Amino acid sequence: MSIAIEILSWIFLVLGSLFSIIGGIGIVRLPEFFSRMHAGGVTDTLGATFLVVGLLFQAGFTLVAVKLSMILLFLLITSPTSCHALAKSAISEGLKPALDNADHASKTKAADRDLSEGA
Amino acid sequence: MFVVASLSILITMALALIRAMMGPTVFDRVLALNMFGTKTVLFICVYCFASGRTDFLDLALLYSLMNFIGMVALLRFSQIGSFGDNGQEARP
Amino acid sequence: MKYTISLSLAMAGSWLIWSGHFQIWDDHFHHYFILVLGLLSCLFCIWLAARMKIVDDESAPVQLGLRPFTTYFPWLMKEIVISNIKVAKIILSPRLKLQRRMITVTAHPKTELGRVILANSITATPGTISVQMEDDKIQIHALSFEGAEEELSGDMDRRVCKLEKNQ
Repeated sequence: MSIAIEILSWIFLVLGSLFSIIGGIGIVRLPEFFSRMHAGGVTDTLGATFLVVGLLFQAGFTLVAVKLSMILLFLLITSPTSCHALAKSAISEGLKPALDNADHASKTKAADRDLSEGA
Repeated sequence: MFVVASLSILITMALALIRAMMGPTVFDRVLALNMFGTKTVLFICVYCFASGRTDFLDLALLYSLMNFIGMVALLRFSQIGSFGDNGQEARP
Repeated sequence: MKYTISLSLAMAGSWLIWSGHFQIWDDHFHHYFILVLGLLSCLFCIWLAARMKIVDDESAPVQLGLRPFTTYFPWLMKEIVISNIKVAKIILSPRLKLQRRMITVTAHPKTELGRVILANSITATPGTISVQMEDDKIQIHALSFEGAEEELSGDMDRRVCKLEKNQ
């Protein structure tokens, strides 16, 4: 029984680590500010959730588990709020999000392909 | 296994710092800072289990509160130019 | 009045959880001293909140009951997991297949609290970020789900409306 709980906790911790690293890669790799914000969302929601759930399996039914789940709830409520505040203040500062429409996207993709083939 | 989790959190923090250094606009830096703060909260949680000192969880909650309030205050400052003293909202 | 009661209950509960002083009987005097300090701090916070006039249906949303935790939150977690996997695939793909768009959806919840829940849920699922909100139009920045964002936001809108009905 306890071994099963250990394995579950291990799985959740590794998944959480994986998602947080993916978010970190995304925040470096994605091209402009508004798409980087989505990558920040990955680490803030699923990375944090999996890590805390993995720790919850370690804690068992104790006061520590209640504290951990309150921290998780708080993170899940506040991180979208600050994300929205960031987006709104970026828009009102005059930062335009780069959009690629459907017809425009095919053109840029073709141009990209030419570039990559040339290189 | 806590070593794996804390190492990956540290790697994510390093990536966020890279973005904070590279970031072309102020908002990229603020985004990286926000992510860094969230990762710090998680790191404190993991460290609390790794070292067996559960008192650290209180510090994690305090840090997440400070992170959120600091972020909102920073954005408000960048938007209005003051902390609300003579901003848009009229005082009662 | 019911908001004041619910707020004070929530404050007392969170004080007890975070301090860990549960037992009523204790030989040491300082245990009671700390309990009294906690009670005083709760009263002080309620006085502050009453003075700021923020004790209403937004600061202590007791009218929603437990339904956000029983029905809405599990569904939201499922959607968050699904959209996280999609965004992670996009990030890890060697060529970033982005189709960034700004879409506008109409928010149907009537109360301000319902709209805040809706906008926060939209932002919490990665791949969609609510950028601006005017009256009942929410502007969303979407990453690349090829039109799935509208369906998701519409579904969320319906569920939040159901949540705030029959209060």
